[in-house]
Amino acid sequence: MIRILALLAALLLVAPAWAISDPAEALPDPAQEARAVQIGQQLRCLVCQNESIEDSGADLARDLRKIVRQHVAAGENEAQITQWMVARYGDFVRLRPPVNWMTSLLWASPVIALLVGGGLALGLRRRSPPPPPLSDEEQRRLARLMES
Amino acid sequence: MNRRLLLGAPLGIALLGGGAFYAMLKGLAKGTFDPRGVPSQLIDKPLPAFTLPGFSHADVVAEKKPVVINFFASWCVPCVEEAATLMTLRQRGVSVWGIAYKDKDPQTDLYLSRHGNPYARLAHDNEGRVAIDWGVTGVPETYLIDAQGIVRWRFVGPLPDAAVAELVKMASV
Repeated sequence: MIRILALLAALLLVAPAWAISDPAEALPDPAQEARAVQIGQQLRCLVCQNESIEDSGADLARDLRKIVRQHVAAGENEAQITQWMVARYGDFVRLRPPVNWMTSLLWASPVIALLVGGGLALGLRRRSPPPPPLSDEEQRRLARLMES
Repeated sequence: MNRRLLLGAPLGIALLGGGAFYAMLKGLAKGTFDPRGVPSQLIDKPLPAFTLPGFSHADVVAEKKPVVINFFASWCVPCVEEAATLMTLRQRGVSVWGIAYKDKDPQTDLYLSRHGNPYARLAHDNEGRVAIDWGVTGVPETYLIDAQGIVRWRFVGPLPDAAVAELVKMASV
């Protein structure tokens, strides 16, 4: 019993294992590493498509992370690195799609929803007739309620 | 007039969206639309320069006729599935070249001796870096490069038998 408890206690001491980020992958300069993470978080893993390459455990994502770090270490900025990726995998690789005619409906959808909703609300408000005046019975009931 | 426009605009947008959605569903059913597909950026563009143990960009261009280049790996199960299709392509006179992706040379050799070798030439991309330059997202993936070294066609996944006739036609131009 004591032994099991000791073992369980020992488990608490174990440092949490970082799921994917192998410390050996990280750049030695923390500022550069932070930039690489920031850039990687905007790039889609082409294998498990709803994850960024920073979050994904796929082999291809690891290779792409490595490439991002090489480019960051070479002093490239985010636009240059994103462009490098887009040249190979297309706009799909960007988790934040660019604004162009293909994505215009996507980017305009909040405005469209607001206009449609606002238009409907206004239309319905205008159409509903004003409430009829209170009848004598209702007037008396209201007076009673106000007194109590 | 203004009122009609206000009423018509949402209706028009809804119709447009409905139409687009219908087209997407139709495409899904026919297999012409894949929402998870990563369209190749190389189509109608020159093949990017590369040098691998086995063959290089210069070798592909020097061939002076269309070449089918197939990315495969010994660890890739669907690749086994398309091995027979590639063999048929080769028998029909198409130059089929292979690039082993993220593999180890002895294992590639073992795979080819076991499942047959359809490749006229074989290169090894053991790091997977050339594959990234091509925009490969996995294996198998197949490209058709024309006699001028321009990429004309790409297919993701195991080649279906139905692709043979089309490829023979494209590769014999």
